[in-house]
Amino acid sequence: MGQVKLISRFFEIEGCRLRRVYEENGGYAAARRVITENWTGEKIIETLKKSNLRGLGGAGFPTGMKWGFVPRDQEGPRYLVVNADESEPGTFKDRHVMLHAPHLLIEGIIIAAASIDAEEAFIYIRGEYWEPYRVMLEALEEARQAGYLGENIFGSDRRLEVMIHRGAGAYICGEETALLSSLEGYKGFPKLKPPFPAVKGLFSRPTVINNVETLSYVPIVIDKGPEYFAGLGTERSGGARLFGVSGHVERPGVYELTLGTPMRELIYTHAGGVRNGAKLKAVIPGGTSCPVLRADEIDVPLDFDSLARLGSMLGSGGTIVMDETTDLVEVLLRICRFYSWESCGQCTPCREGTGWMTRIMERVAGGQGNSRDLDDLVDIAQKITGNTICPLGDAAALPVISFITKFRDEFEARVASAAAAAGRPQATERV
Amino acid sequence: MPVAFNDQQMKTVRHLLEHYPRKNAALGDVLHLAQEAFGHLSPEVEEYVAGLMELPVSYVHQVVSFYTLYLRKPVGKYHLMLCDNVSCMICGAGELLEHLRKKLGIEVGGTTADGRFTLWTVECLGACEAAPVIMINDKYYGSLTTRKLDELLDGLE
Ligand SMILES: Cc1cc2nc3c(=O)[nH]c(=O)nc-3n(C[C@H](O)[C@H](O)[C@H](O)COP(=O)(O)O)c2cc1C
Ligand code: FES
Repeated sequence: MGQVKLISRFFEIEGCRLRRVYEENGGYAAARRVITENWTGEKIIETLKKSNLRGLGGAGFPTGMKWGFVPRDQEGPRYLVVNADESEPGTFKDRHVMLHAPHLLIEGIIIAAASIDAEEAFIYIRGEYWEPYRVMLEALEEARQAGYLGENIFGSDRRLEVMIHRGAGAYICGEETALLSSLEGYKGFPKLKPPFPAVKGLFSRPTVINNVETLSYVPIVIDKGPEYFAGLGTERSGGARLFGVSGHVERPGVYELTLGTPMRELIYTHAGGVRNGAKLKAVIPGGTSCPVLRADEIDVPLDFDSLARLGSMLGSGGTIVMDETTDLVEVLLRICRFYSWESCGQCTPCREGTGWMTRIMERVAGGQGNSRDLDDLVDIAQKITGNTICPLGDAAALPVISFITKFRDEFEARVASAAAAAGRPQATERV
Repeated sequence: MPVAFNDQQMKTVRHLLEHYPRKNAALGDVLHLAQEAFGHLSPEVEEYVAGLMELPVSYVHQVVSFYTLYLRKPVGKYHLMLCDNVSCMICGAGELLEHLRKKLGIEVGGTTADGRFTLWTVECLGACEAAPVIMINDKYYGSLTTRKLDELLDGLE
């Protein structure tokens, strides 16, 4: 347990953006093997299943199983889509992968595409990521020239074209069905599932959508063997992942840890502990949509199930550390504003609920709140949860419930001081 | 300036259309190209793109207005996009924003009279390890303090 360097090893190699350097360090061996040895889709999928690799975009869905859902006997194209939208606040690992190890991602794409016999892949990258976009473009061109992409890849009779599509600024396009709508040239509106993308995805064709980091572990799983990878993690969460730590720590950055490593180790050993020796107050574990943890909860092992047991989520691995000086009322207001702004507006509970929660939080933070407001917030949040097409509604609701429940005193104090300042009794009429 | 792509840009458009099995899927890419060519996506540009791609103007407008990076109004030579989401906020983005408003004499969304700077606040830029972060045109700058921000802005042409 602890730190490993599977993906992050490439971050430390100078010039690893270049194919030559990447190959000198063992790169493209896995894809070459899979393609030249003509592995069947079943064999690739079995290997991935054994590795216990789970989706690292946020939802943690088992990768091998996802690929296995794609029907491969139908006529017509199947697609692989790479989710490089990385917009969940607090998340920045995929940017590091694309900047420092673009060929690792390409190698993962080649293997994933082979598993479902896809001849076309699309990388959907957020519009703000100009530099990663340019790095990926160059790497794709290099791979094409080497014969790893295009016609007859690695001298086989397989073909694979990889296109890169720039998003244009919309958090919702990270959600897979919204991403597909956007890639097809529409507004980024999520769609109801089923049908699942595996059956009816991009251009209504069977489609696999995976996160950048998920795909970047695929060559490593093949290289080192699925048993090795699975053995690094816990029983149900294989291997390792990249944790991005930000906020009040001495050394913010990306750290690669085996799943099951205690959060305390991530924060105190790797990220150098809380800045200026201050006391820890709260941690958001996997991007702002994941329920917040109190300082006394950070011995939790970092794996999907342990965080779920605590009522939170491992999410994207983006860990935001907040010290004792942090105003959690302001933080929650900021989170509410984010989800309200980014709600696509299709579902009433999400569109209206996120706006309503934001207005109440503005009142609370602005010293105009009352204690009824806190109960109302939790009530509204609970009514959004599970009642929307996509999980953006949940993403907006969970922080509200967790911040107010876990730090009730701080929120109560804010409304009490507001009441005192205004010279009115604390529990006033509902507004 | 007439709204029309030059030959080189038209070649790019044809190339983009080949990327996708349906032509409207290329709309996003063509809009990015149009923004590069014409500075922002005015109603005239929307109409031009719609004509070029044989799509209804209303459809193009819907798409343009859904996304924040499609600019419907001109911006200054330097487009300042300060992230004020959680990690940046708790690392001092608010102070930077105050500083910029005073220094430039504009509010969020505004452009300086000389057309040099437009100031926006934006959502998480995916670079929180370097909080607080600002994006200026197509580049990120992180670990900012007011002094570093001053040096950065004063160093621009
Ligand atoms: C509102 C919302 C935003 C999301 N944003 C992202 C994102 O930016 N990047 C990402 O990889 N997954 C994101 N996801 C998860 C995707 O829907 C999807 O589960 C993921 O891309 C699947 O890939 P994986 O199995 O490799 O994790 C988001 C989900 C939701 C509900
Ligand atoms: S919060 Fe500012 S870059 Fe993520």
